[in-house]
Amino acid sequence: MFKLFQPSKIFQITSKAPKYVLFLFVIVLSVGLTEALILSPEDYKQSDAVRIMYVHVPAAWISLGIFSSITFLSISGFVFKNKNFFLISKSLAPSGFVFNIIALVTGSIWGKPTWGTWWAWDARITSMLILALFYALYLISWRVYENEEKVFKISTIISILGIINVPIIKYSVDWWNTLHQPASINILSKSSIHSSMLLPLLLMTAAFALFSLLIFLMKYNTELIKIKNKGLDRL
Amino acid sequence: MISELLFMNGYETYVLSAFCFTLLSFAALYLVTKVQFVKEQNKFVTRFGSLTTDKAKTAKSQKINKEILANATKN
Repeated sequence: MFKLFQPSKIFQITSKAPKYVLFLFVIVLSVGLTEALILSPEDYKQSDAVRIMYVHVPAAWISLGIFSSITFLSISGFVFKNKNFFLISKSLAPSGFVFNIIALVTGSIWGKPTWGTWWAWDARITSMLILALFYALYLISWRVYENEEKVFKISTIISILGIINVPIIKYSVDWWNTLHQPASINILSKSSIHSSMLLPLLLMTAAFALFSLLIFLMKYNTELIKIKNKGLDRL
Repeated sequence: MISELLFMNGYETYVLSAFCFTLLSFAALYLVTKVQFVKEQNKFVTRFGSLTTDKAKTAKSQKINKEILANATKN
């Protein structure tokens, strides 16, 4: 099964895929932006400020998803002794970090008209900030350490420590009395969000997921070429 | 209708700045990643060009190297 994860096999797909993913991303983003900025209704309480949700929430979801994937892949890399899992994790991190920053900044912009403040040390905001720090540490570890074994170990430790924060982010709104409202979308039970708002939210989430896939593919190809460059030196 | 869309009940500064920040972040990340990719690809082509015939033949026997070169010439 792990033959499928061989760099040469993956490169055959990843080298061709970016242009198709970019095309699909532009289409989904255009439809998503039209829905989010024009067609979706305003909220009865927050009025048009609610539209910030269409960039804030997907960015937060994707950054949490990517960090969870990084941890899962890093641990799998150790369990199955497959270096390629670490390479995939490394390639996922930049887009995850940028999505985390987007979630923090757009959240801050949304906070001003709704809560009257740009920043509050609310449990969810603080835990998202901590996640950004873990992302930064993870990315720095790949830059600082030259030794392959060492960087695999240290980046995995950072991701394991960081993953403890993920359920805290998810359940912070239930565990503590925070400025954030409880989740409006539940997979297991009925969501409290109206379908006219759910559609643009899902479209924007799909667009953001496609963008992170695009960045991942480009970054992964860059990493593979870097390895091959070193290989040419050894010939 | 258009002014209503742009005015957004007085929230346009917040809404548009949030969307602009997101799209600018996307553009910046895309450009940085693309530049890194092209730089690494060019480095590979230059190194490959400096190999001796025998070494180039050995390198070309690897499928992935062939793919990188093919993609580089396409771009």
